Amino acid sequence: MMATKKFMFVNRKAPYGTSYALESLEVVLISAAFDQEVSLAFLDDGVYQITKGQDTTGIAQKNFSKAYKALGDYDINKLYVEEESLSERGLNKDDLMDLVWEDEDEDWAEKPSIIMVNREQLSDVMAEQEVTLSF
Amino acid sequence: MALEVDGQTIELDEEGYLVDLSSWTPEIAKALADGEDVDLSDDHWDIINFLREYYEEYQIAPAVRVLTKAVGKRLGKDKGNSKYLYSLFPYGPGKQACKYAGLPKPTGCV
Amino acid sequence: MAMLHIVNKSPFEKTSFGSCLNHAKAGDSILMIEDASVGAIKNSSFSNQLTSALTDKKVYVLGGDLAARGIDKSRMIDGIEVVDYAGFVDLTVNNETTQSWL
Repeated sequence: MMATKKFMFVNRKAPYGTSYALESLEVVLISAAFDQEVSLAFLDDGVYQITKGQDTTGIAQKNFSKAYKALGDYDINKLYVEEESLSERGLNKDDLMDLVWEDEDEDWAEKPSIIMVNREQLSDVMAEQEVTLSF
Repeated sequence: MALEVDGQTIELDEEGYLVDLSSWTPEIAKALADGEDVDLSDDHWDIINFLREYYEEYQIAPAVRVLTKAVGKRLGKDKGNSKYLYSLFPYGPGKQACKYAGLPKPTGCV
Repeated sequence: MAMLHIVNKSPFEKTSFGSCLNHAKAGDSILMIEDASVGAIKNSSFSNQLTSALTDKKVYVLGGDLAARGIDKSRMIDGIEVVDYAGFVDLTVNNETTQSWL
């Protein structure tokens, strides 16, 4: 039996231009099979991974932004988003997808997965992690 | 690998999954099941249709744990358990059902 | 001698976009593709730099790359022109020289 550790996936790259975002997502989905405590951080250009209204028809790539909506099903419901990263990019919380998870213990009530944090708060959350994987 | 369905050649990868996911038809699902001596019942189709809807919405094939939970929610607690799903898909509900549904092999299928 | 400058890196991550703006001459054209398309948005920490470039240069963005990253055209800095792949080709044909800023 593996001990449970606190895993954090740190996402810092925009999707599609490079393959970091997709690779991170795939590892996140795989890690969910190992019953670890998984959280995600979106900062710097990583915030573009979860913007709403992504349409990839013009670049002939798969729109994998929809898969982030499934993270709740994988019991991954702590998505930390850095406020400063959004504002530096002319974005705000309303530009992000509405990512939720369903609480089975409360008759599948929908609860938000996105946790807005400032830079200082995010560094505190990062300091609590046991395994940090950066993409 | 390839499969003949209604006079058309359907390309499969080395593990028997559809190469072109958009080419899926119910007839292809039947042919894939025939190849593994499985007769598709309404219960099988409930799962296959569920998987196709899931993929359409999220663009991923769900892990078995996720599938089990979601089936329980959608089709009732008596069906949302691995015993029931394995009775339908003895080679593994994730792998086998996803194959018939024309989905890629589930991410994180170990 | 008008030059087309092609940038493909996010201005928030790499210095190549900023360097391009520092070196492009009046009358040149700048085309944002791939991750550089995110530089087109208003009210960012980079938008002032791009807005001042627009005073004497033309700035274009590849529409497909912008849409893929969830940025609506209505959010763009005024004066930036959206092009498709055909427009991309036209730009390379209509400029004497092309420089890519990687």
